[in-house]
Amino acid sequence: MAESDMEDRSTSTMPGGLWTQPSVSVPDIGDGEVIQRITEPASLHYSYTPGRAPTRFLRGLAEGKLLGGRAEGHDAVYPGSRGMDPVAARPTVESVEVGPDATVTAFCIVHIGFGEKAPPTPFVSALILPDGAAASMYGTVLGIPYEEVRIGMRVRPVWVPEEELGLTSENITHWEPTGEPDVPAEQLKGHM
Amino acid sequence: MGDATSEQEILRAPLTIGYDFQRTTGPVIGAFFTALREHRMLGIRDKAGRVVCPPVEYDPGTGEPLTEMVEVGTEGTVTTWSWVSNLRDGQPLDVPHAMALVQLDGADTAMLHAVDAGSPDNIGSGSRVRVRWRDESVGGIRDIVCFEPIEGGDHG
Repeated sequence: MAESDMEDRSTSTMPGGLWTQPSVSVPDIGDGEVIQRITEPASLHYSYTPGRAPTRFLRGLAEGKLLGGRAEGHDAVYPGSRGMDPVAARPTVESVEVGPDATVTAFCIVHIGFGEKAPPTPFVSALILPDGAAASMYGTVLGIPYEEVRIGMRVRPVWVPEEELGLTSENITHWEPTGEPDVPAEQLKGHM
Repeated sequence: MGDATSEQEILRAPLTIGYDFQRTTGPVIGAFFTALREHRMLGIRDKAGRVVCPPVEYDPGTGEPLTEMVEVGTEGTVTTWSWVSNLRDGQPLDVPHAMALVQLDGADTAMLHAVDAGSPDNIGSGSRVRVRWRDESVGGIRDIVCFEPIEGGDHG
């Protein structure tokens, strides 16, 4: 193919258009806008069985409580435990209520939200350490401008109305600031 | 608190994990989709002179880029088929149907799609079929709902 036929039709987003295709001759198909981009939904459908420890957590949520798991003979309480203390390598056989007040231990500002229930962007997704817990859990922080969220900020969960409580993490719609003084970062070491 | 929940009912719930992928089409597939929106079908001529439909971007034999798109018919001939009687989610039709290779008039290759034939007695190799278009076409492969038999068409 002659060089002149290789007209650059870069479709690559890489620097310099690393991928090119030669121009294509197309029969007259009208003056409408040419399709260049499509949306292809892809999904997998599961039947999910949470297992014993997450089941305890979900039953707690249904009562408006945050439950963690603790291994026999150990102190660390893991909220929403999967059933093991990952440090002690022992099963978390005991349920302990934690929180509900909590501390932000890490966060990111989300600019591309997806899912029907995603808040308007930008919003803050954070790791949140409930009082009495050894590890953080994920949550969305609202009720404060995103640029004012910081590590150590005190937050509390905002629950759905009591009559809507169910066996789901969606019981907590988001977390909001309590207005208490921040927790110094040194106190959060080991709990991120 | 003890481990009382282990004696309670095991929880189970449907969980769907899904994403809407945004894809660029490139010039060949983009033109194919644009034509579908106008209820027309395009193929592409390969280096051996055959018309490939649905169009491909590169020659199946040599790997060279292909550039000459050509219009083909919206009617065609079933070359081979099988009958789908056990329906599953995500299939093109929610009634028993054929999955068939359909060679459109003017094309040298066949495309796989559903044929709403009603019964396996109404389809065979050599059956004539036509595209059934979606009511509001948007420029995508789903603008083709399925194929349907042409009354009085040949049976193989």
